[in-house]
Amino acid sequence: MLERLRQRPRLVFALLAVLLAVLPFMMGFGLGNSWVRVLDFVLLYVLLAIGLNIVVGYAGLLDLGYIAFYALGAYLYAWLASPHFGLHLPFWAVLPIGAMLAGLFGVLLGAPTLRLRGDYLAIVTLGFGEIIRIFMNNLNAPFNLTNGPQGINLIDPVRLAGFSFGKPLHLFGMTFPPTYFYYYLFLGVTLLAIFVALRLQDSRIGRAWAAIREDEIAAAAMGINTRNMKLLAFAMGATFGGLAGGLFAAFQGFISPESFNLWESILVLCMIVLGGMGNIPGVILGAVLLTVIPEALRYLGDLQRATLGHVVVDPADLRMLLFGIALVAMMLFRPAGLLPSRQRKREFAAEDGVAEQEQASLYDARA
Amino acid sequence: MDIFTQQLVNGLVLGSIYALVALGYTMVYGILELINFAHGEVTMIGAMVALTAIGMLVGVAPDLPGVLVVLGGILVAIPICMLLAFGIEKIAYRPLRKAPRLAPLITAIGVSIILQNLAMLIWGRQYVSFPEILPTTKYELLGAHISLLQIVIVGLALSIMAGLWLLVERTRLGRAMRATAQSKEVAELMGVNVDRVISATFIIGAAIAAIAGVMVSAYYGLAHYYMGFMLGLKAFSAAVLGGIGNIAGAMLGGLLLGVIEALGAGYIGDITGGFLGSHYQDVFAFFVLIAVLVFRPSGLLGERVANRA
Repeated sequence: MLERLRQRPRLVFALLAVLLAVLPFMMGFGLGNSWVRVLDFVLLYVLLAIGLNIVVGYAGLLDLGYIAFYALGAYLYAWLASPHFGLHLPFWAVLPIGAMLAGLFGVLLGAPTLRLRGDYLAIVTLGFGEIIRIFMNNLNAPFNLTNGPQGINLIDPVRLAGFSFGKPLHLFGMTFPPTYFYYYLFLGVTLLAIFVALRLQDSRIGRAWAAIREDEIAAAAMGINTRNMKLLAFAMGATFGGLAGGLFAAFQGFISPESFNLWESILVLCMIVLGGMGNIPGVILGAVLLTVIPEALRYLGDLQRATLGHVVVDPADLRMLLFGIALVAMMLFRPAGLLPSRQRKREFAAEDGVAEQEQASLYDARA
Repeated sequence: MDIFTQQLVNGLVLGSIYALVALGYTMVYGILELINFAHGEVTMIGAMVALTAIGMLVGVAPDLPGVLVVLGGILVAIPICMLLAFGIEKIAYRPLRKAPRLAPLITAIGVSIILQNLAMLIWGRQYVSFPEILPTTKYELLGAHISLLQIVIVGLALSIMAGLWLLVERTRLGRAMRATAQSKEVAELMGVNVDRVISATFIIGAAIAAIAGVMVSAYYGLAHYYMGFMLGLKAFSAAVLGGIGNIAGAMLGGLLLGVIEALGAGYIGDITGGFLGSHYQDVFAFFVLIAVLVFRPSGLLGERVANRA
């Protein structure tokens, strides 16, 4: 069955397209409209994970402050399209500006960290992320830029060709909440991002990143401008983050520093490592799993009621505990990630001499 | 001037706690090159267990002097944290010793989430307060107020650091640890039981973390299931600041970070002309961290990592 499908990629694509097109309706009618919202978040996290994968998976730069770019995109959207400053620029104008601003900050962060490696880079990016968050939390004085911990609300919903995403749509006697429209918007952006990431991977740039990841000195010796390539990786990843941030702000209608804490950066990192770093299908799988698992665990309360007759432990308390256990268990089970790239798989089965070489490079397989 | 001395004193107290937690990070990193993300949570568990034990002791024997009660709490917390760290290493890190470096980092994050939520289930979401049983004697020195507790914290921290230094430099175990850090394979050939050395490293770090946890909760008068996260982050930053993997570096980095933070909180308003208030103290700390690392990419006392080809 699987073999036959592999021989007919067009059929697979068609099936996948149909599935993606009807997915929100299946989820909405099968599990309730709250799951369409989960679906929207899945897409946002896929977008974030693909962006971070460029920095960590392709170029091998461990970035723990990635969520800062997400935050920048979101705040820029909020400044330009909400009553906060009285500006209401259209969606298509704001989103690219947010993505570009995030990209610019990616370069600004990348520039001083070019000499750093591995864990030192991780801690500096982490510090950068925390600095951005603290500023968001406190820049309500002397002038009110971020409205402090309360955040900014009443952000304009997306409006495309006169159609506002803000109100539910009544059609054929059924009501479709905005989450449905956002699903298709996010799906479009995410598919575009996946396309870009896949094309980048095998391009001259992608190969340069892989070379830097495996051995920076050898890469430089081969004539790769490692400085520019690293900066490009930071900028590219940050742009994706900023894009996701803008979409998030429009979707949520409300943002606060709460949404952009260090845990979010860590969560996105977990997604790509768990899924299989550097491999786009793996990254997508990781993002889907780590977004859906905590949501599915919300049913723990019902499960307890069904099996034990009453709720013994508050499911909200149990949820993250089980999430942590799942994270550890999955990682122990598949240390290279759930869907590792072909190259990584080979590295894992490497003979001793090759494996020893790998040990020297900072974030790779060790013998 | 007295603000300066006061903040210096506060910073040194805070810094010596950071340094103790940082030691745990740096020892594990030195041997396994692993960021033991769960270490902050071990510190938190230490504080929580100790507080529970202290609460019980106060209930059973209300006439016991406060110092003895706290000592009892520490003595309960230490073995529990040691056991916990031993188990964490065995379950979450050992099977991944040959995996890519990011895999154990993710399990470490997973363990950290597990411990945090376990603590929340056991002790609840609210703050647990430290009973007022310790003497509140205060002294004056150069215009700064110093409490007896602060003196004890700094003194105890310094003696623990000295003890650890002796352990690493003067004992058989310490030599085995240093050998393992340099090369696991060669150490094994020389007859070192590497697994046992790694376990011992985790256990020693956890014992120190338990004491640090009690110190934090005594100093601030409370403990919370979430306290390990920020503390761990700061301590890890301190370890990196000093040069990760380097024990003296962790001590220096911890003290420095504490002092920078305290001085930052005291002076950042003056420096920026009132533009930034004291709630930017963390920005200040991270900013200094970034600046130091940009100019010394392997920390203050870290070895210059040669570019390995």
